[in-house]
Amino acid sequence: MSATNMDMRLYASRKLRNTVMMTLCVAAAGIGLMWLALILGTLLFEGVTGVELKVFTEMTPPPGDSGGLLNAIVGSLFMTVLGTLLGTPIGILAGTYMAEYGRNSKLTMFVRFINDILLSAPSIVIGLFVYTILVAPHIEFAIPMPGKLFGGAIEIELGGHFSGLAGAVALAIIVIPVVVRTTEDMLNLVPVHLREAASALGMPRSLVIRHVAYRAARAGIITGVLLAVARISGETAPLLFTALNNQFWSLELNHPLANLPVVIFQYAMSPYEEWQRLAWVGALLITTAVLLLSIIARTLGTQRSKNG
Amino acid sequence: MSGTMLNVGLDAAQLTEQRSKVLRGFARGDRAFSLTTLIACWTVVIILTGVMVALFRGALPAFQAFGWEFFISQRWSPPKEIFGGLPAIYGTLISSLIAMAIAMPIGLGIAIFLTETCPMALRKPIGIAVELLAGVPSIIYGIWGLFIFAPFLAEHVNPSLVKFFAPIPLLNALFANGSYGTNVLTASLILSIMIIPFISSVSRDVFETVPAVLKEAAYGLGCTTWEVVRKVVIPHTRVGVIGGGMLALGRALGETMAVTFVIGNAHRINPSFLDPGTTISATIANEFTEADPGLYSSTLFALGFILFVITFIVLAAARLMLMRIERRLGN
Repeated sequence: MSATNMDMRLYASRKLRNTVMMTLCVAAAGIGLMWLALILGTLLFEGVTGVELKVFTEMTPPPGDSGGLLNAIVGSLFMTVLGTLLGTPIGILAGTYMAEYGRNSKLTMFVRFINDILLSAPSIVIGLFVYTILVAPHIEFAIPMPGKLFGGAIEIELGGHFSGLAGAVALAIIVIPVVVRTTEDMLNLVPVHLREAASALGMPRSLVIRHVAYRAARAGIITGVLLAVARISGETAPLLFTALNNQFWSLELNHPLANLPVVIFQYAMSPYEEWQRLAWVGALLITTAVLLLSIIARTLGTQRSKNG
Repeated sequence: MSGTMLNVGLDAAQLTEQRSKVLRGFARGDRAFSLTTLIACWTVVIILTGVMVALFRGALPAFQAFGWEFFISQRWSPPKEIFGGLPAIYGTLISSLIAMAIAMPIGLGIAIFLTETCPMALRKPIGIAVELLAGVPSIIYGIWGLFIFAPFLAEHVNPSLVKFFAPIPLLNALFANGSYGTNVLTASLILSIMIIPFISSVSRDVFETVPAVLKEAAYGLGCTTWEVVRKVVIPHTRVGVIGGGMLALGRALGETMAVTFVIGNAHRINPSFLDPGTTISATIANEFTEADPGLYSSTLFALGFILFVITFIVLAAARLMLMRIERRLGN
């Protein structure tokens, strides 16, 4: 009798504990979703009330004045595209070596480890690195040209000041590890039979990789690139000491370049209401772009896994 | 007759020549391509080495000038060129630790909910929503924290925290003076919101590696869901969960924008979490463009180097742990 009583009590306490813990887990999920709703909700509210045509047609204003974000939007797009173009080929090629030539080799293991560290390294540190190689030193050299072409030589001047090029390089360094990771993973998923069939037809290795393996892994690799673009379009810290900011219209690579993240940072910290309003609008634009990119990347990824 | 024979012979010779030419071209192309991929591979290594070397070289003058005292000094005086790194290092560690203490249970809770009790139809949408939270750029958290969250905390939460902890010794020192909205606690809360998705998505992935047989056996013995999680799922995936946690810690330590907006940027160590502080990344972000070249900017490099070393250790440990669980999965 007392034994069953004790059993019942034990059972009840176990059940209670289970209910409490599971409720806490549901609450945790609720908290996670609440943050998302709160942040996106405020962003939408503050951003949409500030959006007007001027945002897309006028330059960033001086303090206290009204204006738009055109130069920052264009500068951001420009730097993101350039960073992606610089980083993607290196990432894809490195991922190719790791999955195709050196699968399971010591070098691959080592590079995978280094790449994973680079993937989560603080982005501000990457900004400092690019500052030391492209902003601090002043490099000047001339490439001699045959005859009278370009006046006999092309003079190249780099560094010495903040520049859009330095910003793009910093972003490229963030793109590389993302692309390396996804390219390697996706190429590893390509069935060996495909490569063997191509090799049996007499195709050389490099053609097998380019025409068979890349084609089979294309959707996955594109997903990786899109995720990388999503990641760099919101990056701020590495741009602070590389591209800096520019209040005026400029697309010159060797000069400070306006960009949305740094504009948001400076405007949000400022006491001017008009600047703060523009900061919210910029934040809304960036978030929309990033979320759209990651949703597109995700749907591409799931489509692939459905087919494969 | 003989003419055609000769022709065929000539063609064959030409063909062989042509074929070997094409083959030589293939071989050259092959070599060039594999060499290019190898170079790209080493580029990754060179970048990381370059980061380390560049930071160390930049930091050297400051390390030489201040020596080990840099790690224990609290003075920060740009005009006199005297710099101590302790407030920034302390702020970085304490804000990340508080953030971890908040985010770890919530992140694990979400993962448990998603893998054990969540209705199938909701699993995917909730999982995606939480991962979207991970994709939101950190500057968005920063601007939201500055304009919405910090004022809200200063007005509604901080006074009651101070009142609640006032009679308790020790804790009343940690929660004193809640008049600022931008303070260490706000920064930690924002950080915790940022890293929750990392923790929950890694934990969910490792929870899903637990063989169904193990869980079913435990349920068969009459275990409750919580007991299955506590006694089967978590012990089986401990390494992965800790690895995911350390990955999130690495993020929190290096996070710049979200923290810079809300920590208040004060180069002092205040015992109270409700006072402004600073972190390594916030200090660099705020002061680097204005720092004179020389000792000031070298000090910021030194802080960057210290941050890099700390995160390198944390991330390396995290990766090694996650690699262990992946290897077990492979076997």
